Amino acid sequence: MPRVVVDVMPKPEILDPQGEAIVSALSTLGVSGVTSVRQGKRFELDVDGDDQTALERARDLADRLLANPVIEDFQVRLDGGPREVGAQ
Amino acid sequence: MSDAAQSDAAQSDAAAVDTVELAGKTPDEHQPYEELGLRPDEYERIHTVLGRRPTAAELAMYSVMWSEHCSYKSSKVHLRQFAGTRTDRLLAGIGANAGVVDVGAGLAVTFKVESHNHPSFVEPYQGAATGVGGIVRDILAMGARPLAVLDPLRFGAADAPDTRRVLSGVVAGIGGYGNCLGLPNIGGEVVFDPSYAGNPLVNALCVGALPADRLQQAAATGPGNLVVLVGAKTGRDGIGGVSVLASATFDTGGGWAGSMAGGPAKRPSVQVGDPFTEKVLIECCLELFARDLVVGVQDLGGAGLTCAISETAAAGRAGMRVSLERVPLREASMEPPQVLVSESQERMLLIVAPPAVDEVLAVCRRWGALATVIGDVTDSGRLVVTWHGETVVDVPPASLADEGPVYERPIRRPADLDALAAAGPGSLPRPATGIELRETLVRMAASPNLCDRSWVTEQYDRYVRGDVVLAWPENAGVLRIDEGTERGVALSVDGNGRYCRLDPYTGTQLALAEACRNVAVTGAVPLAVTNCLNFGSPEDPEVMWQFAEACRGLADGCRELGLPVTGGNVSFYNSTGAVAIHPTPVVGVLGLFDDVTRRTPLGFSEEGDTILLLGVTRDEFGGSEWAWVTHGHLGGRPPQVDLRAERLLAEVLVAGSRDGMVDAAHDLSDGGLAQALVEACLRGGAGARIVLPAGADPFVALFSESAGRAVVAVPRSEELRFTEMCDARGLPMTRIGVVDGDSLDVQDAFSISLAELEQAWNATLPRLFGGGPV
Repeated sequence: MPRVVVDVMPKPEILDPQGEAIVSALSTLGVSGVTSVRQGKRFELDVDGDDQTALERARDLADRLLANPVIEDFQVRLDGGPREVGAQ
Repeated sequence: MSDAAQSDAAQSDAAAVDTVELAGKTPDEHQPYEELGLRPDEYERIHTVLGRRPTAAELAMYSVMWSEHCSYKSSKVHLRQFAGTRTDRLLAGIGANAGVVDVGAGLAVTFKVESHNHPSFVEPYQGAATGVGGIVRDILAMGARPLAVLDPLRFGAADAPDTRRVLSGVVAGIGGYGNCLGLPNIGGEVVFDPSYAGNPLVNALCVGALPADRLQQAAATGPGNLVVLVGAKTGRDGIGGVSVLASATFDTGGGWAGSMAGGPAKRPSVQVGDPFTEKVLIECCLELFARDLVVGVQDLGGAGLTCAISETAAAGRAGMRVSLERVPLREASMEPPQVLVSESQERMLLIVAPPAVDEVLAVCRRWGALATVIGDVTDSGRLVVTWHGETVVDVPPASLADEGPVYERPIRRPADLDALAAAGPGSLPRPATGIELRETLVRMAASPNLCDRSWVTEQYDRYVRGDVVLAWPENAGVLRIDEGTERGVALSVDGNGRYCRLDPYTGTQLALAEACRNVAVTGAVPLAVTNCLNFGSPEDPEVMWQFAEACRGLADGCRELGLPVTGGNVSFYNSTGAVAIHPTPVVGVLGLFDDVTRRTPLGFSEEGDTILLLGVTRDEFGGSEWAWVTHGHLGGRPPQVDLRAERLLAEVLVAGSRDGMVDAAHDLSDGGLAQALVEACLRGGAGARIVLPAGADPFVALFSESAGRAVVAVPRSEELRFTEMCDARGLPMTRIGVVDGDSLDVQDAFSISLAELEQAWNATLPRLFGGGPV
């Protein structure tokens, strides 16, 4: 059964308050040199069927539920496989 | 040229910034003004103002400032009537960030309502959240501490498929942002009607208080003074939000996406806010005001930095120079037009005298608020923006802020209005027997527009800060603003799209009357008015007629009641395809208490109290909740409005509260007397025995929506004094029963236990939207 990984990230132009909070926490800890942090989400889905079907189903689910396509981008790939580029 | 091709062109030009010098040399350069929402004649007008073609940055600025949302170009000619409602109490009025009213004892109160309709449909949570953030900054910009918010909300039919998505997100967003700020949400409306499907109305009102002598000016005065940007960094959020999302119908928007945002086409212009940054900004600014460190202040909202610098420069009648590269950016690759029109949240602009600037920056540092000097005030009369030393903007600031296009749009009375008026509710079958009346009452109490709102309100903090005296479901939100004297204010926001569809002039006055009544019922004296005018496209003459009538109705009504319109907001283009929403002016009324401990609650709680009905009941069902719930009918005439009677009713209610003659009071509106009794019984936990006036048609008595009415519960010991006061003042009044038992009994008609009523009233929203608040 293929395992599909869905990575969800806030779109580049959208404010990410959690990422900003991490940046300021880093500087509080005395860590320097990290100028930007963006925080996203990773989902791992075990999906019935062959690889191609699993990817397509995961992409559909990501668009409908896992990501909010208005403010987030997502990428879908097989676990251990190459990163798929250009989803959404 | 396709969007993609334009996008490519924008990319290839990225290296060479379009400067004023370049604009002079390349007069024939093609510019994407139409994609930015400008008309050819408006583009021509920019040429006339500047004597050359605009630079890309200037074009971006004119397109947002001359958008409907910022320039009020279609509404201005009608809004002028509100100037005639001014009173002496008004310290700041229309044109300021929010109206400010003197409430005595050295205190002032500021309040305003705005719309965030379009963003809240695209992205309900963030759209509604940033709507709260935006109105809170308007209040802050007057120098006031924000004290509470109220949210009038309108959605499509309660059982329509998309309503759950929009409502859940909007309510969570308002709660999320407001609760994080520590602001109580003390009132509002939740209305369902198919006309708002695909175009929900998300209005937000904020109220704040300030020492009257701390009122701030949104003006850049004093050449040599510095321009300081405080708060969040600037990113690509909401590029062109005002010109695309708020100033055109959805299907035509999107030009900005290709030509400005540079990403995949048709990217919606939504913003994500951060309430914790806003909270810091509020406390930081309040400290700066208290220490008298700023000369002027303006919030950044729609049209972002462009709006703030052009409005303050125009108001200061001076000039301004801004070094745009000093603006702290989230993304280094942003170009001047994007920096100028970004709608990144949680930012304020300050004007600071040079000797105070170190102290200002130190205060900001202490609060953890980013603060940057980005320019200075000049005496040139020009707004000049440079980018790494090159001039990219050089314009007269008033041409952006005050001298935009003004349109006298054609108006035409809607063709279907006479047919609508003729199809009155007279022929609808009415309940006659006790059993039918009982069934109607339960059905209406359980209907989406009349049922319990706890599913929504429990997601909001209602009592945080410790100064909330009454919050919804009460008639109005009541706040203490001065602990020493118990001085306080009451606020209510009301609107009725169905009444306005039938007759926008009368419907708007009914909204005004209801908001006044709601404030007066608590015991507060109505003092001032704000408004949010939600309409369809101004390019549709029938919509424009509705708008003109609504403005005329509000101006006439406010003059008659002696209440000033302190400001407000216009939201056009609320339509899906060619179908506009019901015209929906929402009216907010502020009332004043000398002593909030005198407030009158809504619920019946004292057994034996006499129940009196104040006002006159007529057979009025046009646009009523009964006609809609039981017959899906909308037609006829809305109830008549008598502002003199409203004023008299308000005086009696205020006097009754002040002299301690009233235990409970509730205004009559949607659903009539029946609904008012249901709410008063359930709120206070006591039943009522009702004897309808002899000879009255029980159905009309229970369900008519005649305006100018209220029920009051008066202790036996005060009954004579109260009724003599009504007689002396000439207010019609009927004794209709007593507070008693644990059921609602209507003699010779029906009896229903409060338990059964509560079950019907409570169950609707959880059934529609899920098991309840998370």
